[in-house]
Amino acid sequence: MHIVSHEVPLVWYLILSAVLFCLGIVGFLIKRNLITVFMSIELMLNAVNLSFVTFAHQWHEVKGQIFVFFVMMVAAAEAAVGLAIIIAVFRARSTLAVDRIDLMKL
Amino acid sequence: MNEPLHLWLIPVLPFIGFVLNGLLGRRLPKAVVSAIALLAPLGSFLVVLFASRAALAHTEGYGTWITAGSFNVDITFVLDQLSLVMLLVITGVGFLIHIYSVGYMHSDEGYWRYFAYLNLFLFFMTTLVLAGNALVMFVGWEGVGLASYLLIGFWFQKKSAADAGKKAFIVNRIGDFGFLIGLFLLIATFGTLSFSDLAAKVAANPTMSGGVLTVIALCLFIGATGKSAQLPLYVWLPDAMEGPTPVSALIHAATMVTAGVYMVARTHFIFDRSPLALSVVAIIGAATALFAATIGLVQTDIKRVLAYSTVSQLGYMFLGCGVAAYSAAIFHLMTHAFFKALLFLAAGSVIHAMGGEQDMRKMGGLRAKTPITFWTMTMAVLAISGFPFMSAFFSKDAILAAAFASGSLGKLLWFVGLVTAGLTAFYMFRLWYLTFFGETRSHDAHPHESPWSMRGPLVILAVLSVGGGWIGAGRFGAFLSPVLGTNTEEMAGSLEYVMMALAVAAGAIGWFIAHRMYHQRAAAQIAAPAPAGYTLLQNKYYVDEFYGLTIVKPLIAVSKYFLEWVVDIAILGGLAWALSALAVFFGAILQRWQSGNIRSYAAWLALGAAVLLYFVLAPHVFGAPSLHLGMAGH
Repeated sequence: MHIVSHEVPLVWYLILSAVLFCLGIVGFLIKRNLITVFMSIELMLNAVNLSFVTFAHQWHEVKGQIFVFFVMMVAAAEAAVGLAIIIAVFRARSTLAVDRIDLMKL
Repeated sequence: MNEPLHLWLIPVLPFIGFVLNGLLGRRLPKAVVSAIALLAPLGSFLVVLFASRAALAHTEGYGTWITAGSFNVDITFVLDQLSLVMLLVITGVGFLIHIYSVGYMHSDEGYWRYFAYLNLFLFFMTTLVLAGNALVMFVGWEGVGLASYLLIGFWFQKKSAADAGKKAFIVNRIGDFGFLIGLFLLIATFGTLSFSDLAAKVAANPTMSGGVLTVIALCLFIGATGKSAQLPLYVWLPDAMEGPTPVSALIHAATMVTAGVYMVARTHFIFDRSPLALSVVAIIGAATALFAATIGLVQTDIKRVLAYSTVSQLGYMFLGCGVAAYSAAIFHLMTHAFFKALLFLAAGSVIHAMGGEQDMRKMGGLRAKTPITFWTMTMAVLAISGFPFMSAFFSKDAILAAAFASGSLGKLLWFVGLVTAGLTAFYMFRLWYLTFFGETRSHDAHPHESPWSMRGPLVILAVLSVGGGWIGAGRFGAFLSPVLGTNTEEMAGSLEYVMMALAVAAGAIGWFIAHRMYHQRAAAQIAAPAPAGYTLLQNKYYVDEFYGLTIVKPLIAVSKYFLEWVVDIAILGGLAWALSALAVFFGAILQRWQSGNIRSYAAWLALGAAVLLYFVLAPHVFGAPSLHLGMAGH
């Protein structure tokens, strides 16, 4: 069969997903700007989304696709709330450096 | 069996009165409170009257209370001749005292509270008497103690009243401890607490005597000495006079304090098998009778004279029990309930007339101003002094005769009882003369006769005090014999008349001395009596001081220096301090984790996720089969 050779193999998608996820983690850990940290979280979410659709395609299973829709919806809501918080924090502290937003520290 | 008598109504009616008045009484008008409070004992009295026509003994069970293996306690009420006599006294005299209270407590703020407590007392007292086994009796026993505590400390704003309540409760606790040990021993020995089963088991072992039965009897008797104010636990009763006077009449003279006598009579089959325990009961009873009577000689507070008189008369009852003349003891219990309730109520009427004054040295000359109180009190004084053919003449004589007939020790006890009879007549007539005769020694009081609600019960009780002896004279023992057994040997007729004459003579001598000392002397001399021995009696043999020094002080010292400082502050406080220090120490370590640095939190999060992932994937990657995290193998 020729069809298989035309397709990108499953594992490539997964590797891409893992790479994106790790980039997200690294960005989350090392970046100091709150907005960048936020974007890293979005990146992790989308890496997970990618593996969801990959498996959904592989197993001919529609559940994975539905999960992706849910994740995107939640992410959208989260972005709205998160950005609002970021604006509020900036107004209050005049900074977005996560190391300096430490009011809860003992 | 026979038709139900609804014995449960007898305690439950006062309980309903207690609940209604206790919960709603504050908002109800006084007339409604009085109606509820009076209907409860009246209803119980009528139920008792109705039940008295039935065939005795009658047992009613209301289910099982405790089942543990083969041990079983049922909630049963028993109506037999003994409990019938007690119930008639309790609900009958109780009802009269309720009526009296309506007048006596009329202007008290705690009117509703007073009647709620009084009804509560009747609930527990009737439970105690009706109980078919020792545990239900114990419930009533503790409950009357509670009601007594509440009513002694009724005027709790007064420190002396609150203290007296506590004293009564604590001293009773010592006696109750003995009672409880007795119950445990009964369970251990016989495996049952039902009086009828116990009696049957004792009867089934005719050889059983002394030994464990003596221990049980003495433990039960310790309980009786607490509740019935005998040596050495009598100290609470004189102080209990801090309560309202009708309470003193009902609880601390007529009913509750006789519970010990009732209990000994109820468990007489155990005492009968232990000559030693019986001797102890008789000696304690006689000693208490004499001891309390001597203190009563010099008291100046009218209620305290009566309190010591009560202790003394209870001693008589135990003397009767101790010589196995249980029916004589119960007979004296009944007549005593009549005349002592009357004495207290009349004393309350005197106090009422004097505007709250209780010191007899400030009274005098009340005869003309309070005629009904005077005449009823006269009847009671004659009755308690053993005036021929009045109630105590018969009952005291029955006890003394039984004592005389019971061996050489009995002769001595009889003599003590005879002396006590003389002392009793003396202090009662002393009270009578000081209160009603001579010139009034107080100038700010305006004596007046009490209202009808108070005079009515006085008159009824006076009739009972005079005629009460005829109820039981000669046939009381036969009436009670189904419960108490027949045991008293009949005495030769002539000896009995000699004994009667001696008892009357003792009373007459007591009266004569009181007459010489308090009627034929001037008021100034009354206030300055002979000092020899007087101070000792005035200070009640320093028993309170002795107990204070030997028991209360060491107890307080142990509580303060050992329990408070060592146990509480050092050990318990130190332990709590050590625990908190440990928490602070570990907290200080864990605190470093809580850095406030978001990225460090995230790093821990990622690390945790990585570790979890490792454990989930490791079996697949490395083929290690040992980890079972639930997801492995899918």
